[in-house]
Amino acid sequence: MSALSTRALRKSYDALEVVSGIDLAVAPGECFGLLGPNGAGKTTTLKLCLGLIEPDAGEIELLGEPVPRRAREARARVGVVPQFDNLDPDFTVEENLVVYGRYFGIPQSRIMERIPGLLEFAGLAGRGDSRITTLSGGMKRRLTLARALVNEPQLVFMDEPTTGLDPQARHLIWERLRSLTQEGRTLVLTTHFMEEAERLCHRLAIMDRGRIIAQGTPRALIAEHIEPQVVEVHGEGYATWMERAKQLAPRVERVGDTVYCYGEELGPVLKSISGELSYLHRPASLEDVFLKLTGRDLRD
Amino acid sequence: MLVWRKLMAAAVLSNLADPLIMLFGLGYGLGALLPSVEGMSYIAFFAAGQLCTATMFTASFESMFSGFSRMHGQKTWDAILYAPLVIDDVVAGEIGWAASKAWLTGSTILGVAVVFGLASSPWVLLALPAAFLVGLAFSAVGLVMCVLARGWDFFSYYMTLVMTPMMMISGVFFPAEQLPAPLLAVAKALPLYHGVQIVRPLIAGGPPPSLWLHVAVLLAYAAAGYVLAITFARRRFSS
Repeated sequence: MSALSTRALRKSYDALEVVSGIDLAVAPGECFGLLGPNGAGKTTTLKLCLGLIEPDAGEIELLGEPVPRRAREARARVGVVPQFDNLDPDFTVEENLVVYGRYFGIPQSRIMERIPGLLEFAGLAGRGDSRITTLSGGMKRRLTLARALVNEPQLVFMDEPTTGLDPQARHLIWERLRSLTQEGRTLVLTTHFMEEAERLCHRLAIMDRGRIIAQGTPRALIAEHIEPQVVEVHGEGYATWMERAKQLAPRVERVGDTVYCYGEELGPVLKSISGELSYLHRPASLEDVFLKLTGRDLRD
Repeated sequence: MLVWRKLMAAAVLSNLADPLIMLFGLGYGLGALLPSVEGMSYIAFFAAGQLCTATMFTASFESMFSGFSRMHGQKTWDAILYAPLVIDDVVAGEIGWAASKAWLTGSTILGVAVVFGLASSPWVLLALPAAFLVGLAFSAVGLVMCVLARGWDFFSYYMTLVMTPMMMISGVFFPAEQLPAPLLAVAKALPLYHGVQIVRPLIAGGPPPSLWLHVAVLLAYAAAGYVLAITFARRRFSS
């Protein structure tokens, strides 16, 4: 049985269809990533899965409960880390956890038992009495994550969990998320940060314009959609060099003043680079897949 | 289930100081010029109006400004909705909270009125539930404004165009019956007038005439506000 599944899910706002037939199946204990450019429908899909908005068509099952009909029952066993922290600034760190636990109807004494563990998890041990306004961005994010665990959820939704964090804070969050999957919890996260998806997620779906356009493990997606090696070239004379490179690499494309060569064996391409040109030779990444599938145009 | 905001009862003082200063300032100042109104001292007359007005203001400020801040600025409502609660629960909780806070204002003013000997009969105890009813009606209406608001400016319209004129024609400062008939009719359609009509006789020490009519109007405002607030809140949170 899936921890979360959707079938032919659709949602429109006025004339605009934001989610156009989404089929998902997330296995228990899996970390599943939903990737896509801004406006792809990721956040709407999450809200539909939580039963916060009603779908126009399709079926959702969350932890065995049909959503939205039994969304309350499902949400009792689910945690949510929203895109923007919405901790209560009038309360201290500990009060935030207590009040949030009360929304789930958990008795005060049980919450108090859980708080030391949650603070430890968030790296906020000893900060229980701190005001929210005195916390750094990374601390707030970790507290939001701890808050999402107050009801000991089987599944945690995360909407862009590390957006806006510095590398140290981001790595700490990643470590914590991995420990959650090791405990057997299911994670569903949205991100447009490819490194995050590649490191954390067992499986991914790439979404664009309300549809899923590719699905699989990070490695499988790279293997399936893109050549294994990439050479990026830029500098004086790149345009004339590009004409030559087209003979040497299976796929060559230009974005602004940079030429991208994709292929299995790019030795000849590397040898042909000379003069003012500078280059970067690297293995293909999920980001290459993402840009190939969703295009390089700006999304606003 | 919804008693979570008890921790925030710190701002009560400001809700009380203003109306009390006004009560004593206007009550004793103006009262010296006016020997008696409707058979009571002016300050006792005014105390009933001021009790209802202060309750109205506390309820409205809490449900509009604090409610909007929790809904829009701090996104507390969003956070609550991830839990097994729905928007109807949040609306009910906000109205209940604002009404409780307003009741605290009303009952404190009542207490002060009793201490200063403006009311002495046991009838005055009935002003306690009356104050809660006034608070409930204005909290519900205030929350409708809250869930309709696109920004903070929106509330100025309601306050300037609705609350202030209502305060002037609802028999707070002078008997509403002195008003021209059309204005009196408007006052009778609004909740504040009915709150004053309940509380004033109780402070004077007797049962209010047509009590159930006044109660019914206040309940109707509370119920209509509750239903509308839920309707608009559902619409707001489903997009």
